[in-house]
Amino acid sequence: MNKAESFTSQTFHYLMQNKLAVVGGLLVLLVFVLSIFAPRFAPFDPSKIDIKNILVGPSWSHPLGTDDLGRDVLSRMLWGGRISLEVGFVAVGIATIIGLILGSIAGFYGGWIDSAVMRAVDIMLSIPTIFLVLAVIAILEPNIINIMVVIGLTSWMEPARLIRAEFISLKEREFVVAARAIGAADSRIIMKHILPNGLAPILVSATMGIGGAILIESALSFLGLGVQPPTPSWGSLLSSGKDNIEIAWWLSVFPGLAILITVLGYNLLGEGIRDALDPRQRE
Amino acid sequence: MLTYIVKRTFLMIPILLGITVLSFGVMRLAPGGPAEAQMEFSAKASAEARERLRKLYGADQPFYKQYATWLGKFMTLDFGEAFADGRKVKDKILERLPITLTINLLSLGLVLLIAIPIGIMSATRQYSLLDRFSTMFVFIGFSTPSFWLALLLIYLFGVQWGVLPISGIHSLDISGLTFWGRLSDEANHLILPVFVSAFGGLAGFSRYVRNNMLEVMRQDYIRTARAKGLSDRVVIYKHALRNALMPVITILGLALPGLIGGSAIMEQVFGIPGMGQLMFQAVLSRDYNLAMGILVPAAFLTMLGNFLADIGYAFTDPRVRLQ
Repeated sequence: MNKAESFTSQTFHYLMQNKLAVVGGLLVLLVFVLSIFAPRFAPFDPSKIDIKNILVGPSWSHPLGTDDLGRDVLSRMLWGGRISLEVGFVAVGIATIIGLILGSIAGFYGGWIDSAVMRAVDIMLSIPTIFLVLAVIAILEPNIINIMVVIGLTSWMEPARLIRAEFISLKEREFVVAARAIGAADSRIIMKHILPNGLAPILVSATMGIGGAILIESALSFLGLGVQPPTPSWGSLLSSGKDNIEIAWWLSVFPGLAILITVLGYNLLGEGIRDALDPRQRE
Repeated sequence: MLTYIVKRTFLMIPILLGITVLSFGVMRLAPGGPAEAQMEFSAKASAEARERLRKLYGADQPFYKQYATWLGKFMTLDFGEAFADGRKVKDKILERLPITLTINLLSLGLVLLIAIPIGIMSATRQYSLLDRFSTMFVFIGFSTPSFWLALLLIYLFGVQWGVLPISGIHSLDISGLTFWGRLSDEANHLILPVFVSAFGGLAGFSRYVRNNMLEVMRQDYIRTARAKGLSDRVVIYKHALRNALMPVITILGLALPGLIGGSAIMEQVFGIPGMGQLMFQAVLSRDYNLAMGILVPAAFLTMLGNFLADIGYAFTDPRVRLQ
């Protein structure tokens, strides 16, 4: 007798078969481990200024060189990874929660609530994100909490739309009708019955969203509106790279490579999850 | 069809109002208004002078009154004056618009020119070397921070090999050059920014074209065409392509907002005096009039772009109109 495999483990198996997705997952894991254990792995204190070694190229003691204050680039990059991951996860968390709440209410109740939420989505989508984020960050001061919140507040639209679509298609299913028939409260139906079944696309959106949030955070830091010195961030490292581009190529190359590898990992993983969840693949 | 258009047009109004209220609110959020920004540098200014300045800028009125006055002026395209230098906001925008538009239009053109053929070839030769290669390229393109790519290219072309200029839109000594000399000088300066701007869009767009083509090629009418014995060429270029390109046209509608804001970061990196840089300056110096003068038209353009895209979509796909 064949034992039926659960949805989750089935999906996992599809995922494992996708080579690109596995690569993505490994990259994500790599960056994760390096960042979490940054205090262990970093050869130097990231804020340690060493005037005798300003803008020194890659060497044995400083494998990725030093920056304009003599600080070790490798150590700063490891700690900068923490910032990127923190911002990525929290911002996406905020966006997903807001999106889940608004999307599920809109999808479930329909009517004017749905229209109102969709209008709000349209309004938010009409304002070019960079401008809005720039404007808000310049008004409030640039610190890590504000950045997380702003990115979260400008990214909730996609999860909201996804969840709304799931709700609209799921709320007419038999299990919902059955739940209503036995008198379950709306909130219970939403949270216990529909939501768990509709989470799949949200997972994809969240994974890709982390990559996107990291890109925005590094762009902000590059422009000087991100986390402020001396906190290291990949974007601000690139900014000093730009200022010293003629004499310190390593400052412009390595931090950007870190961003690329990290975001690539999340994108590959997210796309892999999407393919693994695609009902058309299951034949 | 007409009812659809009319309905959508009416829906735009609350959205436009929402945009203006949101932007206005965000700007006013700041602790300290225009009067304070000016006062910061002269601590000796008396309380009286402060009051006078606030009255001048209308900052002492309640929120809704300020909003109403501002909205009224806005409708007549009077965006007020920039706080920094008192020049009319409209003039400052018009001054910088051509450069930004040039960069973004050229970039868009480049994307279309390259992405469409690549997308088609990827689809028709699925799983081939070209397809795999361009898939990797797409993913890397998605994940690359544009300003990093710009730095790398600046380093290679500007510093190491010295063949391309790395900032501004013209060299310092252009006055002596002929018209053609100046044109080619400006073109030189535009090469890098346009290319980097296009890079991000290339990845996504070619993927989109590829996926559309694949979708279309799975359809029955393509099978029929082949069964009829039509050559591959005719099947692809006459039947599949036309259908696959239709949504692409609506994508162009969505590209409208990118025409203004798309190059913001590039302008910072390359030191180009465009709209993005202007917005950046406005925001940093709490110059509300300027910032709003840019933000709201940009949002309006985005809405227009979405609207056109929706119309285009309804035009090509009759099913949409029935909603």
